[in-house]
Amino acid sequence: MSHPLLEIRDLHVAVDGKPILKGVNLTINRGEIHALMGRNGSGKSTLAATLMGHPRYEVTRGEVLFEGQNLLEMEVDERARAGVFLAFQYPVAIPGVSVANFLRSALKSLREEEMSAREFRNALKEEFKALHMPDSFASRYVNEGFSGGEKKRLEIVQMGMIKPKLAILDETDSGLDIDGVRIVSENVNRIAGQDTGVLLITHYQRILRYIRPHFVHVMVGGRIIRSGDESLAHELEQRGYDWLLQEAGAEEKELQEVG
Amino acid sequence: MSSPQSLLDVGTEYQYGFRDEIEYVYRAEKGLSRRVVEMISHMKGEPDWMREFRLRALEIFLKKPMPTWGNTRLLSEINFDEIYYYIKPADKQGRTWDEVPEQIKNTFEKLGIPEAERKFLAGVSAQYESEVVYHSIREDLERQGVIFMDMDSGLREYPDLVRRWFGKVIPPADNKFAALNSAVWSGGSFIYVPPGVHVEIPLQAYFRINAENMGQFERTLIIADEGSKVHYIEGCTAPIYSTDSLHSAVVELVALKGAHIRYTTVQNWSKNVYNLVTKRAVAYEDATVEWVDGNLGSKLTMKYPSVYMVGKGARGDILSVAFAGPGQHQDAGAKVIHAAPYTTSTVVSKSISKGGGRTTYRGLVQVDEGAVGVKCNVRCDALLLDEFSRSDTYPTMNVKEDDVRIEHEATVSKVGEEQLFYLMSRGLSEQEATTMIINGFFEPFAKELPLEYAVELNRLIALEMEGSVG
Repeated sequence: MSHPLLEIRDLHVAVDGKPILKGVNLTINRGEIHALMGRNGSGKSTLAATLMGHPRYEVTRGEVLFEGQNLLEMEVDERARAGVFLAFQYPVAIPGVSVANFLRSALKSLREEEMSAREFRNALKEEFKALHMPDSFASRYVNEGFSGGEKKRLEIVQMGMIKPKLAILDETDSGLDIDGVRIVSENVNRIAGQDTGVLLITHYQRILRYIRPHFVHVMVGGRIIRSGDESLAHELEQRGYDWLLQEAGAEEKELQEVG
Repeated sequence: MSSPQSLLDVGTEYQYGFRDEIEYVYRAEKGLSRRVVEMISHMKGEPDWMREFRLRALEIFLKKPMPTWGNTRLLSEINFDEIYYYIKPADKQGRTWDEVPEQIKNTFEKLGIPEAERKFLAGVSAQYESEVVYHSIREDLERQGVIFMDMDSGLREYPDLVRRWFGKVIPPADNKFAALNSAVWSGGSFIYVPPGVHVEIPLQAYFRINAENMGQFERTLIIADEGSKVHYIEGCTAPIYSTDSLHSAVVELVALKGAHIRYTTVQNWSKNVYNLVTKRAVAYEDATVEWVDGNLGSKLTMKYPSVYMVGKGARGDILSVAFAGPGQHQDAGAKVIHAAPYTTSTVVSKSISKGGGRTTYRGLVQVDEGAVGVKCNVRCDALLLDEFSRSDTYPTMNVKEDDVRIEHEATVSKVGEEQLFYLMSRGLSEQEATTMIINGFFEPFAKELPLEYAVELNRLIALEMEGSVG
């Protein structure tokens, strides 16, 4: 296939009329891991929600192509069926709906051929095991009464069941302790394998020790102001964001010309 | 009231709206009068005391004003002169389905009653219009002395037991519709469970209104003797007519010392039925009464199952769920009256409104003086599916004792954009996601139902949701 997995071109997004993203450009190919870093409020989660199709985020300019198809024209569930997955920063509770029931229905919608009940149960069991969660979670209500870390792990259980083409992980590391970060990371690597594109949103460097990105991007003020390889993340850890911010002013013009 | 669009919806969603062309054995003239009441009593060959009871109740009904609370606009639209108060569908009651007139039997087959009976019921009573047309109870229960029959037969065969309790839990003067029922009652169930007998699988009654402008006034009395246990389920449906029908039941439960009664209702009347029902239980020492009350159908429901805990250690649990779609108002709730020490109650009310539907929770918690050590927990959750729908909560607390623990919690929420987004991001369509959220909301009710009913409930919700979003 000639199309990249995901192409974001000059994306502008507003929430309640207020511009948040101001011209994002990013291309992700199959099998690539991209880390998107930046401070709170820089627009990282807005990008994640926009790619998944949250109704509150209004695209005012630009385009997003997923395998060459116009992603922005698709409904949320169509995007999921196309292969986009978002691991939520704040997964919501669905009272009265068990994890198993929810995932069973989700897989029914996502897959052409149906899994047998036994296949499904076994696969779910495996995922729980991999995430170091007791499989009693299958009968618990989705995210209800879960700790922050359990919610994050359940997102990765879902990713493992769904096996998306593009996984957007929105601060999956926050709320996890150090073991949690490691376990979640190992599983993301396992599930992603060679073919999945990953957009890993974080403001800490620690998860990047386990999930090693091919590319690192830094977002400031709704734009990617710097892209590089893994070394950029190390540099950020040592020097913080401030030096980038100072340089950003100088580079802004240049970036716009390139973009 | 209903726009053409919503009527269309009713037609496509409500699958029990078919009607039968029946030659009735007897149909009383329209309207309510002393003559009609006397005729009903005469046709049933009742003892004098019952005829007198009916006539007194009629006086009370005529004197009592309509309620000045609840949905007074819809209430004022009831035309009592246009209603048939008594329709006798068949000559005799069947003990096997083959003895039931073909057409009526077919109806109950369409409703799945004989099948359910074979699968998971200990006894079945099927009422069509005013009379119970089919009745059965498992022999082993009969041998243990369990009585399960229609109320008219109960009055004939167990006059003393009936006379002792009939109208004692809910006197005719309780409210206008209890008075109406007391005057023209027909059918319903009479159950007596002897001391220590546990009826482990449910007894079921099914109520069907078929005729236009029909009034159905069944009367149910359940007496669970000391240490006994029984679970009773009732379901109901009706055809769709452009005119309204009236269903006004009275249900009296008596749980004697240490007895346990569970009474489950899955009310799914068509949206042209007024459902104005009085349900009340008395729980004696250490007895437990549970009302599990689901209201999905009807035009207007007004129903507040109550438990009077009159003996030490008695318990009352009321779980009430309501679904109000276009043109519907579910005015439901619960009353718990703690008249003895160390009595406990829980009330859980869950309602969903959509497409302009309206739900109301109306509840009473009463603790009498001297009823120390009372515990009561009330929780009301309302879910609104759109901005045209409405939900109100009217809790009343009447507590005359200090040494009590009462908790009350109420929430109103909308099907969250975030919940929908979350589910849809996993591939569910908006409709599937909404249905899943609603099923989850109703889960505490569904899990109290026998499996077959829970499946049915989920299917009903899915039907209700069809074409309602997007």
